[in-house]
Amino acid sequence: MARADSFADGNSITPPPRQFGQARRVAHFEIKYLQYLNHLGEVAEELPEFAQERGQLLALYRAMVLTRTFDKKAIALQRTGKLGTYASSLGQEAAAVGVGAAMAKQDVLLPAYREYGAQFLRGVSMTEILLYWGGDERGMNYGAQAEDFPICVPIATHAPHAVGVAYAMKLRGQARVAVCALGDGATSKGDFYEAVNIAGAWQLPLVFIVNNNQWAISVSRAAQTRAETLAQKAIAAGIPGEQVDGNDVIAVRERVAQALDTARHGGGPRLIEALTYRMGDHTTADDASRYRPGDEVEQQRQYDPIARLHKYLARCGEWSQQQDDALYAECEAKVDAAVKDYLATPAVAPESMFDYLYEKLPVALRTQRESLSSQGESGNG
Amino acid sequence: MAELTLVEAVNLALARALEIDPDVVVFGEDIGINGGVFRATLGLQARYGKERVMDTPLSETLIAGMAIGMAAQGLKPVAEIQFMGFIYPTLDQILSHAARLRNRTRGRLHCPMVLRAPYGGGIHAPEHHSESTEALFAHIPGLRVVIPSSPLRAYGLLLAAIFDPDPVIFLEPKRIYRMVKEAVADDGQALPLDVCFRLRDGSDVTLVTWGAMTHETLQAADRLAQEGISAEVIDVATIKPIDSATILESVAKTGRCVIVHEAARACGVGAEIAAQLAEHGLMSLYAPVQRVTGYDTIMPLFRLEQHYLPTSARIVTAAKRTLEAA
Repeated sequence: MARADSFADGNSITPPPRQFGQARRVAHFEIKYLQYLNHLGEVAEELPEFAQERGQLLALYRAMVLTRTFDKKAIALQRTGKLGTYASSLGQEAAAVGVGAAMAKQDVLLPAYREYGAQFLRGVSMTEILLYWGGDERGMNYGAQAEDFPICVPIATHAPHAVGVAYAMKLRGQARVAVCALGDGATSKGDFYEAVNIAGAWQLPLVFIVNNNQWAISVSRAAQTRAETLAQKAIAAGIPGEQVDGNDVIAVRERVAQALDTARHGGGPRLIEALTYRMGDHTTADDASRYRPGDEVEQQRQYDPIARLHKYLARCGEWSQQQDDALYAECEAKVDAAVKDYLATPAVAPESMFDYLYEKLPVALRTQRESLSSQGESGNG
Repeated sequence: MAELTLVEAVNLALARALEIDPDVVVFGEDIGINGGVFRATLGLQARYGKERVMDTPLSETLIAGMAIGMAAQGLKPVAEIQFMGFIYPTLDQILSHAARLRNRTRGRLHCPMVLRAPYGGGIHAPEHHSESTEALFAHIPGLRVVIPSSPLRAYGLLLAAIFDPDPVIFLEPKRIYRMVKEAVADDGQALPLDVCFRLRDGSDVTLVTWGAMTHETLQAADRLAQEGISAEVIDVATIKPIDSATILESVAKTGRCVIVHEAARACGVGAEIAAQLAEHGLMSLYAPVQRVTGYDTIMPLFRLEQHYLPTSARIVTAAKRTLEAA
């Protein structure tokens, strides 16, 4: 069990001595930004240890390519009427894959809705994600991931959940961390501030990942806040905040791993702002050309996370075009198999809408359930 | 056996739950060393430690949301919102997440949490401290809304709520926190949820109520008895989901029904009960169903609150009206 005194009261802060006639600086901060691979695939900073291993980098690359292949297929399914509205993660693969790769199995991920790259690495299946956007609750019953939260649609509302998960871990003295992924838009919400604030006060094992893709649907990053960085919002809560190049999967993987290690060993929470870009529309129901200049999107293509790592691997002579083609073919096959499973998933019984409301169906609802059953194919009469 | 007030019974149930289950945690604003503004959590932090009984900042969204995260991890969080007037930021968390978690994950995750809040008028409190808005929660599928009306039921129902595997909004009628004392055995025995309690048997008219209004309703039943009218009194207790079978059974016997609640009338829980009677009990009614409720106005500040709150006189009048009709 964690020790009682590790839940700090936070009342040990002594005010600075009063001085008159001159202003004193009583607080100051800086936000660091880290990038290992620049957009040309060149080493900008000496690579961290894990990135010296070819296998590790290839695993990240594969995960990003799989995520993008999935994404393209999901959009195609939506366009052909085989999927509901879908939120694309195009361009943000590194920010998700880096998180998923850094996390330990026993950690808990609380994702928003562009973290497929992390979810896949944590055992969530592509079929499940398709089922979810295909309008089926079974897509949130992750077969190989018991404790991760399902996708959270209402913005930032899962940040307080992450606090509760982290609190439970700390109370039980577990070496586990909760990871909450949010977008830039989420950092304008009270839920986010309330969660970041208490994570600091209670020094919880909690890492916030802010996937800053520059757009909250149609509202640009600049229009959302006057703050120079989103990372500094953590500073106000007394927890470290930093930026990484969110399109550099090495930087994301490394900094998230560092934050997890700190949190896991009682060092408290951290917030990492991953700078990335939403290459696609907000969702398939959105048309970003209504509000976003096309040349901005074109300009962003050069920072693509997958092309960047590909350039590096190719430059190192460790990745041939044939290997790349084979990988893409392999990912296509995997995605096709998932789509096949999705499309072949047996229909769900209408009565299931009653069967998971409570552990045991209250008597008051039995008649309604029977009434639905008796409707047969005709629907709600 | 100790004679306890309702708020003392709440405290006793919380202590019992903390004692028997290490997964129970209690938190909210000023609930630690201060024991809560109504003292419902008095002494709990000293006995069970700051890890399991903790003060939160003024963050109602966080209080409800972190309870969900804890519950998903297998804890049994019991969170306090200081007054119901401050509960509204939690609606998003309760509606969008707590009530839905089991359903949306097909049972992979669930949410055994309790959100407690004192509610209701009649204590000369400041603005925002007197409303009865239980119907907001009673409308939400996947939730339970439980309201005790006596020390015994506070103890037994709170224990039931804490150990229920699904989320419960537990609303405590603060006007009667210290109104009566009752012998409460600290036996750890929960009372059943989802059922009404028949507080008084009668044959002429059924009075249906919950929370603090139970007292006015029982007074009304006494006054009716003096006039030779036999009133049955039902405390609904769990207003979501409603045990309409017990109410229908009573009305089948009496043929008359008066529904009493403090909350505003339109779309109140009384409307649901009246609708159930119309759908399933119309043929047993000798007279139209009467509702004695708060008005569809803003709850006035305390100079006028006694004019807003239903009185036993209003209940008696309504009951007599049902008897005059047939």
